[in-house]
Formats: sequence, structure tokens, C-alpha cells
Amino acid sequence: MAIDTAILKSTAYFSVLNDKELDIVGQVFSEKTFQRGEIILWEGETSDTFFLVAAGAVKVFKTSAQGKEQILSIARPGDVLNDIPIFDGKANPVGAQALGPVILYGIKRDKFQLILRQSPGLTLNAIKVLAERTRHLFTLVEDLSFRHVMGRVVKILLTHAGDGVAPVQRLTQQEMAAMAGTAREVVARSLKALEEQGYIRLENHRIVISDKESLQKILTESI
Amino acid sequence: MAEMPSIDQKKCNKCGLCISVCSCGAIAMVNGVVTIIETEDCHWCTTCEAVCPTGALTCSFEIVVEETPKAGS
Repeated sequence: MAIDTAILKSTAYFSVLNDKELDIVGQVFSEKTFQRGEIILWEGETSDTFFLVAAGAVKVFKTSAQGKEQILSIARPGDVLNDIPIFDGKANPVGAQALGPVILYGIKRDKFQLILRQSPGLTLNAIKVLAERTRHLFTLVEDLSFRHVMGRVVKILLTHAGDGVAPVQRLTQQEMAAMAGTAREVVARSLKALEEQGYIRLENHRIVISDKESLQKILTESI
Repeated sequence: MAEMPSIDQKKCNKCGLCISVCSCGAIAMVNGVVTIIETEDCHWCTTCEAVCPTGALTCSFEIVVEETPKAGS
């Protein structure tokens, strides 16, 4: 299957290459497909292939010892997977799972490193991509480490709660994230944590506050 | 009528990612337009919203406080 060089060109890594270079680089990639739910990368295992998403969406996540999952990002067409182990030679720091049918383009570590050595522009782009990722992860670490995000999510829930009779403003997780000044992934994690503690229930399109007193206590303690 | 996610067609770039991740067949491309198909099988997983690159697809929540049964009732 021929690699679509337009997809290569759309990625942050390979955007600096001209058409001729893209044709050459495209020849060393191979295509791999995954079905919904299939694990693409296992956290903690080694892998020697650099992947970029050609079609579909991939969940990138970490799993705690207790089995709790934290989504770090959603990789869409043009995004890359598994670049960290390709550079440091260590195990995958994250897992990756296909959210639907997914097509990936893969290139082996030795071939990718050869291309990097021959293209300073591509190497600089690689550094830029890794720097942007580091910045995103710093923000996630801050939000997940400190209590105030949970307090802000709780405040949003209490402020926007209705009685189930009169119409109230509905909110998406993205909107809650914007209001709380955090990432959507952190809101999702906060809601899940509140549900596990029995303070709320997620019932399809409804968030039911089942223990208002406890939520008010969290809010008070977070101030 | 089942509650369903909604699409802002002005924002939708028709990439189809939402269709590829939807496990209940609630989203389809109909005549080149990403369309919501009403179904009772949608359990508000919000994956379609998470993958949408333009914010066109949204799964909004209604937040309600559960009525506590009064003592003796």
C-alpha cells in the first residue's frame, strides 16, 4: 500500500520536507491497520517503531497500579505515537488504543534516526514537537497534582445544578474545562473520581449530584 | 425521543473521526453531511466529542441535584 505523502507533509515532524524528500521518506514507511479497541502500544513494553496516525483516532493513556486510566491525549490524523522510546530507547511511557478503525504509518527506529541525521530541519521540528508535548504535560501534571481543580469542577457542578424540573444551562466537558481553566481530560478524571466516591452519578446526558453536602465540603476545603 | 449529541455544521470539517469512533452507530455521513442518527443505544460516552478536532460535536450534560427523600416518607 502506497503511503500518502500529503499525510506525511501534514505532520509536525515532516512538514519541512519538500516533495522529493517526502517521496523518498515515504518509501521507508509501512502501513498498519487496527480495529476499534485494539491496543497499539502497551505501556512498559519496548517498541522500535515510530508511528504517525494516517486515519482514525487513538487514545493515549497511562494506567495506575490500581488500574485507573488517565487519558493524556487523543491522537488524530497527523499526530505521532511512540516517538519518546524511539529517541531514548526505553520502554513505552504510555499505552495507545484505537478508538475506531485506525491506519498508522510506521517506520523503524534505525531508519528514522538515519533520516533525522540527514535533515537538520526535521530534527529541529522533532525538538519543537517534543517541547510542545512537554509544555502540555507540565500543565496536566500541575492540574492533576493540586487540589484546586477538583474544587473548581465541584463549584461548576453546584453553580449549574438545577432541580430537574426547570430548564438549566447544559454544559459539555469541554465547556467545564474552559471554565475551570484546565484540560478536558482533567475534567473527565475529576468527574470519574467524584462518581467513584459516590458524590455524583453519570447517567447518560445527566450528572446527578447525589451527595450535595460532600461536594460543598470539598468546595470549602479547596478555597 | 432519545437525547443525542449535537453537531454544529458550521464548525464541522467532515473529517469523519466521530463516525469512526462511535460504537453505537449514532453518527453517519449522509449526503456528505455528518448526521446524528437517533438511537437508544447512545450512552453518552462522549468519545465523539473528545476526538472532534473542531469542537463541532458536543455532548452536553444537564446537572441536577437528586432529591433526598424526607425522613419518614
